[in-house]
Amino acid sequence: MLAIVDYGVGNLFSLTCSLNAIGVEAVVTGDEAVLARADRVILPGVGAFGDAADALRRRGLDRVVLREVEKGKPLLGICLGMQLLFDYSVEYGRHRGLGLIPGSVQPIRPVVPEEYKVPHIGWNALHFPKDRPVSPLFRYIKEGECVYFVHSFYGTDCEPNTIATAEYGPELTAAVARDNVYGAQFHPEKSGRTGLNILKAFCEL
Amino acid sequence: MITKRIIPCLDVKDGRVVKGVNFQGLADVDSPVELAKFYSGCGADELVFYDIAASAEGRALFTDSLTQVASSVFIPLTVGGGINTMDDFDRVLKCGADKVSVNSGAIRDPSLIRQAAKRYGDQCVVLSVDARRVAGQFRVFAKGGRVDTGLDAIEWIRSGVDSGAGEIVLNSIDTDGVRDGFDLEMLRAVCDVVDVPVIASGGAGSVDHFVSLFRSLPKVDAGLAASIFHYGEARIPELKQALAAEGIPMRL
Repeated sequence: MLAIVDYGVGNLFSLTCSLNAIGVEAVVTGDEAVLARADRVILPGVGAFGDAADALRRRGLDRVVLREVEKGKPLLGICLGMQLLFDYSVEYGRHRGLGLIPGSVQPIRPVVPEEYKVPHIGWNALHFPKDRPVSPLFRYIKEGECVYFVHSFYGTDCEPNTIATAEYGPELTAAVARDNVYGAQFHPEKSGRTGLNILKAFCEL
Repeated sequence: MITKRIIPCLDVKDGRVVKGVNFQGLADVDSPVELAKFYSGCGADELVFYDIAASAEGRALFTDSLTQVASSVFIPLTVGGGINTMDDFDRVLKCGADKVSVNSGAIRDPSLIRQAAKRYGDQCVVLSVDARRVAGQFRVFAKGGRVDTGLDAIEWIRSGVDSGAGEIVLNSIDTDGVRDGFDLEMLRAVCDVVDVPVIASGGAGSVDHFVSLFRSLPKVDAGLAASIFHYGEARIPELKQALAAEGIPMRL
């Protein structure tokens, strides 16, 4: 059973349906015991980093997620859920993350050319770093396949853990991994067949 | 590189797609779910559903079918039609919509854009505008293009973006249904004043019209159309191949 962490942030309908579509039983839960029983965990998220980090801590779920990761359970952060894996974000002030991926979350605007629109919204191609093996998360997709992004901030100073980037002026971090912890800036549940294939690979880790 | 989006638009009345689409292999020609699956399988980058129901019963049937679509199609979904209050936003987002498009509702109550952007984020709020030329001006029309609001379209769009609209759908009534190409002049005027994505609508009659849209106006992010896709005059896989061959970034 896969558990989607429910901490009152965002709509989890599409994510649950996409997992069901690939034959995975997914439970949306904020219950510590259910998360402990799950064999893998997805940390979703939309909205502002500070609010989400507070919501997670208020429910004690930061501690639960860290404990399950410590046990070796695969964790996938999606969109803001990926950003929460980092040390900190500077969105509306400095906020502490879970510290599972070394690096920080910074605004896109200063690093992309002026004519590029922010938020970065739409389908963009994934590029894999040349100097390392392709991540098992991408076992069922090919480099260059497009996924759907919606974000104004991005993870940075995380090069050793970067498993995919997307070109938007510079190459922006699209996915990260460190041991059993994975993060996707894009929305696999909105990325058609490619997204389902990424979720399928995660569910087989 | 971010790709340009191709977006089919479906009008839904009482839970059925208006003017059912007659594609080979589609058993149920006016089922929103069947058509959504079909277009998603063809490579559509996003789908827009307009609810044209006039009754509460029709509205309930719409949200039922939206829920079914969102359970089986995993690309971004935009919903429009009958969005007048924050409750309407809530209703369609709970059923799996990713973005909500406001038109007449925002004209009646412009604060709706700001409220929705604050609660759900700018990326969730699409301002859809029907405009036509009147007395040397691009004028906003309401109620499905029937009522002249007297508003200047460029000013209206600019203020909508300032209030938090994260995307603009510009439908030119002058070119809509004529099938002689998108309204490049009107689109250019809008692209010049906003820095959020602009989606062109109205006038697509051939593959070439999409080529000239993206070639002439690099700031346009997406092309939206209905009948050209529904009647099979342009098939999405071939359209996207043709655009890619012209050097326009496409998700293939």
